[in-house]
Amino acid sequence: MILSIAGKELKSMFASPMGWIILALLMFAFGTYYLNGVNNYFEVMSGAIRPAERYGVTQFVGQNVYGLASFIMLFAVPLLSMRLISEERRNQTLPFLFSAPLSIIEIVVGKFVGLVTFLSILIIYIAVMLSTLNLWSEIDFGYILANSIGLFLLLASFSALGLYFSSLTSQPVVAAIFSFIALFVLMILDRFFAGDPSSTMAQLSFMKHFQSFAAGLVDTADIVYFLLFILTFLILTIRRLDADRLRG
Amino acid sequence: MNNFTVEAIELTRLYGGRAAVSDVSFNLAKGQVLGFLGPNGAGKSTTMKMLTGNLAPSLGSVKICGIDMMEDPKEAKKLIGYLPEMRPLYKEFTVDEYLTVAARLHNVDRKQIKKAVEIAKERCGLGHMSKRLIENLSNGYQQRVGIAQAIIHNPMVVILDEPTVGLDPVQIRDIRALIKEIGQEHSVIVSTHILPEVEMVCDHVQIIDQGKLVFNGDIDVLKRQRMGNKLLVGFNKMPELADVAKIKGVADVELAENNMMRIRIAEGAEPHEAIVKAAVKNGWGLYQIAPDQTSLEDVFIQLTYQDGAQEKAA
Repeated sequence: MILSIAGKELKSMFASPMGWIILALLMFAFGTYYLNGVNNYFEVMSGAIRPAERYGVTQFVGQNVYGLASFIMLFAVPLLSMRLISEERRNQTLPFLFSAPLSIIEIVVGKFVGLVTFLSILIIYIAVMLSTLNLWSEIDFGYILANSIGLFLLLASFSALGLYFSSLTSQPVVAAIFSFIALFVLMILDRFFAGDPSSTMAQLSFMKHFQSFAAGLVDTADIVYFLLFILTFLILTIRRLDADRLRG
Repeated sequence: MNNFTVEAIELTRLYGGRAAVSDVSFNLAKGQVLGFLGPNGAGKSTTMKMLTGNLAPSLGSVKICGIDMMEDPKEAKKLIGYLPEMRPLYKEFTVDEYLTVAARLHNVDRKQIKKAVEIAKERCGLGHMSKRLIENLSNGYQQRVGIAQAIIHNPMVVILDEPTVGLDPVQIRDIRALIKEIGQEHSVIVSTHILPEVEMVCDHVQIIDQGKLVFNGDIDVLKRQRMGNKLLVGFNKMPELADVAKIKGVADVELAENNMMRIRIAEGAEPHEAIVKAAVKNGWGLYQIAPDQTSLEDVFIQLTYQDGAQEKAA
């Protein structure tokens, strides 16, 4: 049943131009950065005199593209997640889901899976694009894999938060603005506490945990952080929708 | 186990201390069409939301074919098809896509989905609209899609909230016929505030006012009151009220607008012929004799008004 809901969400994303346009624009942006990375590689590396300053093409192009991806998704995910529940609220289509034999958990998880599947298209696209470097160079597939896992977890967290804000209001735009602000704060939170490496507040930041993935390191502590973040916001969303049924 | 498809047991819904629905109990058997009547804000939609599990009752319980909605919502919801007051349509989908999603969410067997969609479309007269976007359909066709969505999984109980509101007369007629057809196999609950509609499609009526059930009975009871209770008689030369009242079987006479008299008939009597004979004999210039069409509204107003009066008295 979760898959049926996810399928429905995907279908409605592709039923409007919104999904296609966002996909196309993002692919264009990633493609441009990829191309720039490849073009600049020799220029930069020939300037690096000492061997220690030189590093591989995968990392050079990869950090270009993945850096952009984590930043640009800050805008893209709220735009995609805003309509998930708030639009159903506005169009009064929620009773359609509530009166079908589905639990609220299935509805929420289904919508989440739908959005994450859509975003996974981009993650796979980036990974395939970077893998094409392999045609003329030995590349570090581990680095791409770690970054893909990190980006996947990051985007899933964005989606969970966006889904929650979408469940709070019946105005999709309001949901988008609030989730953007919340995501932005969470992204740059570690900058404010940069002076104190043991700060608890900095530990809440996305960037703090995405950094290790970006360096090609898969750290279970970071995985747990992202999974807990996702779980928290999915549970909050489920509770919010359940309150609809209880309080009316 | 009994044969009731819907059992509502002492349903109560409080909104911040105010009872939107209080103590509503009823049963519905297979193959019945139940009309749910009431003025605006009487609690019709709230009751329907509770029946379909969209809203949790503050007190009481709902059973669908013996399955408790609170304890086993998934199983109970499988047996229900629901069309809320606001049509829950995804306007960016085509009719086929939307109905396929509906079938899938209602656990229709994967292999049967195509067939189920075809049958639902056929029953709602949507065959030639398959590839159209729901957004581009007219109001009436959107309503049909809404009904198709409610019957696609062949549920035991179909619940339609104001299915004919805002439609043109031809569409209203079509949808009433459709409701009647559905009612032959499924149990149907229809809410409305249009009285003639109830008379046309329902065989059981409930009137709800201010959250309370004020009438629960067979449509025939209402029909009898409407057909047999009062006559509207028009005379060109108005006779004395007393002369008309003397006719055997006439219980009461009162003047109505446009040279008409409203004659209330005594229980079981049939004074129609006597009235005509008297009119011919005395040259009253009879030009119309008909059952009083407004009396169903009267019944409705009486029932809802009486309840209010009782409350004030208490």
